[in-house]
Amino acid sequence: MTWSWEVFFEVIPIIFKGMWITVGLTIVCYLFAAIFGFFWLFMDRIPFKPANWLFKWIAEFIRSTPPLVQLFFIYYAWPMVPVIGVSLNPFSAAVLGLGIHFSTYLSEVYRSGIESVEKGQWEAATALNLSTSQKWFKVILPQAIPPTIPMLGNYLIIMFKEVPLASTIGVVAMLHLANDYGAQYYKYVEPLTVVAIFFLILSYPSALLIKKLEDKYNRRFDKKYVTES
Amino acid sequence: MGTITEIALVLLKGIKVTLIVLVFSIILSTLIALIAGLSRSSSNLLLNKFTGFYVEIFRGTSLIVQLFWFSYALPGLFNIHLGSDIWAGVLAISLNYGAYMSEIVRGSIAAVAPGQTEASVALNMSKFQRMRHVILPQAVRMMLPEYGNYLIQILKATSLVSLIGLMDILYYGDIYRSTHLSDAPIVYILVLVFYFILALPLIAFTRKMESVSKKGVAQA
Repeated sequence: MTWSWEVFFEVIPIIFKGMWITVGLTIVCYLFAAIFGFFWLFMDRIPFKPANWLFKWIAEFIRSTPPLVQLFFIYYAWPMVPVIGVSLNPFSAAVLGLGIHFSTYLSEVYRSGIESVEKGQWEAATALNLSTSQKWFKVILPQAIPPTIPMLGNYLIIMFKEVPLASTIGVVAMLHLANDYGAQYYKYVEPLTVVAIFFLILSYPSALLIKKLEDKYNRRFDKKYVTES
Repeated sequence: MGTITEIALVLLKGIKVTLIVLVFSIILSTLIALIAGLSRSSSNLLLNKFTGFYVEIFRGTSLIVQLFWFSYALPGLFNIHLGSDIWAGVLAISLNYGAYMSEIVRGSIAAVAPGQTEASVALNMSKFQRMRHVILPQAVRMMLPEYGNYLIQILKATSLVSLIGLMDILYYGDIYRSTHLSDAPIVYILVLVFYFILALPLIAFTRKMESVSKKGVAQA
């Protein structure tokens, strides 16, 4: 097997078709994870200790076991579960699997954002007799969300790099197309290299952008900076 | 109950490969992270830029793509035969996570207060002494909690080696599932439980390191 530029340029348009599915899947998965992340926060606030403890460990379990196995579980095993089992197409299985996996990470990000709001702010909101929704939407969340934006962005990039896992359950995205091409012509080097290059082209600029955001928010939310100015 | 023990015994056959890949990946990626992190903190521009290039390449592409690349492209393109697929897996995981963890090393070294460097210069320490006796001891304790998190990530990543044909826990799970389709839920739940049991010591390590890194340090 030797490197051939001919094959290299031939596979670029083929892989490019899969890029939109990879990007689309990333966005859908991320939205699902972002919304489902709140679920863990709510479960944490149930005023019943054993339930908190149970959900904490479920989240820990999901977080520390491989997303690949979770995908296989949802795609292959879920239809076999009696009563509640349903058969899912590869795309929805990937959204559900990766979405739930990353929701456990995003809920930690939300938590860190909420915890970073100073105690005085909570007390002031109570002292001003604000209602629960006013307290959350006018005082806590406006301060809790902006500092977490760089972290949320980082998870978007991490998720983008985990999405090729979906090719193992048959989502026809970049990696799947590359492996198909390889199996058909027995040429793996060029398609896999093209996939790697596409990943690099998409994720490196996003990483730089997020670093910029991070610097910006660090300057804005640095406590020392705020008190000095 | 019968099927559960039966499946557990099948999965146990794969635990050896998972542990081998895990242990070698942890050792190799830690070494790579230390070397790359120190190079990134060095003032030698060539070394610094070269390591930066390596880190960005491996952080910018997906681990699963790298794994396929190492197992398909490396033998064909450069005629490098790593002996067995285990090494392709270990190498891909180590280079990937070595790149991620080198950022912790670099970040922690940068986070040591500049006064410490100034003080050791004032004490006429050599560059090596400064790193070895002043900067690193303080940087290492900052690295530890994040390091623990990455160990769990590495454990999760070892499940990918089943895709290049290594016979790890997930591989045996898939084999069993393909012949006993209706047992699929038990099979994958058990695979997940196996990975979780392997992760428990790493989770405990991370928790311990979080308290170690806070001990004796003035909190702002």
